[in-house]
Amino acid sequence: MSLLQVRNLVKHFPVRGGVLNRIVGHVHAVNDVSFDVSKGETLGIVGESGCGKSTLGKMLIRLIEPTSGSIHYEGKDITSLSHSDLMPFRRTMQIIFQDPYSSLNPRLTVRSLLKEAIAFHGIVPRAEMDDYITELIRRVGLRRDAADKFPHEFSGGQRQRIGIARALVTKPEFIVADEPVSALDVSIQAQVLNLLMDLKDEFGLTLVFISHDLKVIQHFCDRVMVMYLGHAVETLPCLDLDEQVQHAYSKALLGANPIDDPDQRRPLTILQGDVPSPFHMPAGCPFTGRCPDVVDRCRAEMPPIIERGDGHRIACWVANEEAAQPAAPAKSIG
Amino acid sequence: MIQNANPQAEPILTVRNLTTRFRTDRGLVTAVDDVSFDIVAGETVGIVGESGCGKTVTSKSIMRLLPEHVTRIDPRSRIMFRGNNLATASEKTMREVRGDQIAMIFQEPMTSLNPVFQIGWQIEEALKYHTNLNRAQRRQRAIEMLRLVEIPNPERRVREYPHQLSGGMRQRVMIAIALCCEPDILIADEPTTALDVTIQAQILNLMEGLKRKLNTAIVLITHNLGVVAQVCDRVLVMYAGRVIESGTVHDIFHRPQHPYTQALLESIPKRGKREHGKRLPTIPGIVPSLHELPPGCRFAERCRYKQEKCVNEEPELLESGDGRSYRCFFPLTQAPVAPTVEGR
Repeated sequence: MSLLQVRNLVKHFPVRGGVLNRIVGHVHAVNDVSFDVSKGETLGIVGESGCGKSTLGKMLIRLIEPTSGSIHYEGKDITSLSHSDLMPFRRTMQIIFQDPYSSLNPRLTVRSLLKEAIAFHGIVPRAEMDDYITELIRRVGLRRDAADKFPHEFSGGQRQRIGIARALVTKPEFIVADEPVSALDVSIQAQVLNLLMDLKDEFGLTLVFISHDLKVIQHFCDRVMVMYLGHAVETLPCLDLDEQVQHAYSKALLGANPIDDPDQRRPLTILQGDVPSPFHMPAGCPFTGRCPDVVDRCRAEMPPIIERGDGHRIACWVANEEAAQPAAPAKSIG
Repeated sequence: MIQNANPQAEPILTVRNLTTRFRTDRGLVTAVDDVSFDIVAGETVGIVGESGCGKTVTSKSIMRLLPEHVTRIDPRSRIMFRGNNLATASEKTMREVRGDQIAMIFQEPMTSLNPVFQIGWQIEEALKYHTNLNRAQRRQRAIEMLRLVEIPNPERRVREYPHQLSGGMRQRVMIAIALCCEPDILIADEPTTALDVTIQAQILNLMEGLKRKLNTAIVLITHNLGVVAQVCDRVLVMYAGRVIESGTVHDIFHRPQHPYTQALLESIPKRGKREHGKRLPTIPGIVPSLHELPPGCRFAERCRYKQEKCVNEEPELLESGDGRSYRCFFPLTQAPVAPTVEGR
């Protein structure tokens, strides 16, 4: 059974302008996104800047209030829970941010910032607090004396370990990791990914892993959801992603990534144009303007999400028609 | 030192023993230590390494763009370009070289462009200093340059300001500025790091095309090994201020000699089923601080093959004859390393 059920989630940010500071429009950050995350699963969310992946991640744990739609956690609707009713979920649902430096209070030592959450949620009795912190710090791969240092005394990789310790301190079940390794060097990135992998097994965590780097997601996650302009355009298992991928945008993301081998050079996939502004959404499929396979229908109508089996879901008129062709060759679609 | 791929060709830039020091609160640090390399026309040389390894300081030393009151380029350093030693050249000479003969693009195009001037003006500024074109000709050239870097509606865009352009377009404007005087060398410092992968592909493609068209030599500074594999001919790997290995891109990726290069390549997540969900090979520990460099090999502490000699003595940069060099007592000369990526 799925731990997290997200249905038709929408987030529109109002844009104000003019002399009277009236709302002149909306940025469509997340548009009608639905998905499930099973217990113990790692779901990757990939997309380019501005595609809404971070907004979505923050909505999942109610750091941003959704405009509409629903989020169910263990069957309970948490979309509109009041501040106090949400408290138990604040303990079980945590987040790791991209830049641990700006998300850690610079005036608190590691020990005091961890203590805050322990005391607030009453995770362990006061007497056991220090032992608990020492153990946690050891577990994320920091030295014992790290507890009494300030965030600025650490390197980027170490700070991210503190960020992870901060998320783990409340013994959560579900963690949103928002670009946790994007700011790190390759060798440190590998260390942090391994740590996350180990902790996930050890604590039985369920993860939503947000990244712009498809290669990291492919390696680390069970399934990936590809987002474009606030829409989830394709969701599929990572294991055979290269063979199964269907949506033109997912293919472009794969093909634009250089291969780490000079003997396998190939022309990179070049998409024309830039991502359109989420302020002026196209009427049909959001990818129309840059899609190499575009047909008339794409411009007029938003393609529905079609379930392909094996957890593969795709929203694309062209891919859907291709899939329907062999089954019903004589019938016209539409 | 690293030899160019084509030994007949005369290098257009020869860097020898480049050493750059910074004055800091905690004393003098050597950010770039004894770096030597050549570049010939039309080739792309990659400088790779992790944050703080000295790759950006190397490029800014060549351009002499480091703040003079805290930086010192060692007087024994030589940066030979068209008969001038740029390491000691006057500011007047540097002004003639910069932007005209050697141009540079930076990681963050928003902070490198002036927000209060139209982009056309910013391209024309370079032309004003380095050419005899009149105002109308300069505008014409600016529009041509924008067309060359594939900006749509260049006649209209030329009058726009940086904030009106997307990140990818700004980087293209930077490239237009850098290339408007047809430089011999383009130094690109993390040109695609701040960009999305589809935009990165556009920019890399553009740089390749322009290199072929104008025979510009490119120095590409990056930490992205995929980008290096895709566009570079030769590679210098830097670690804690030192070049620790150099060679052709093929040798570096398939027959690395230095354990750091090998470890760096291994730590990239691999695509394909075989590796899915497995732990990544990592390099333990962190880069040593430039304030507290070890007496021996700078990588020794993190090296899986380290021996006592490595801890006490620093290895020299050795040339292995086939245009390669490495700084290691115990190079990985065994059988070629298997390809790092499964085919896609």
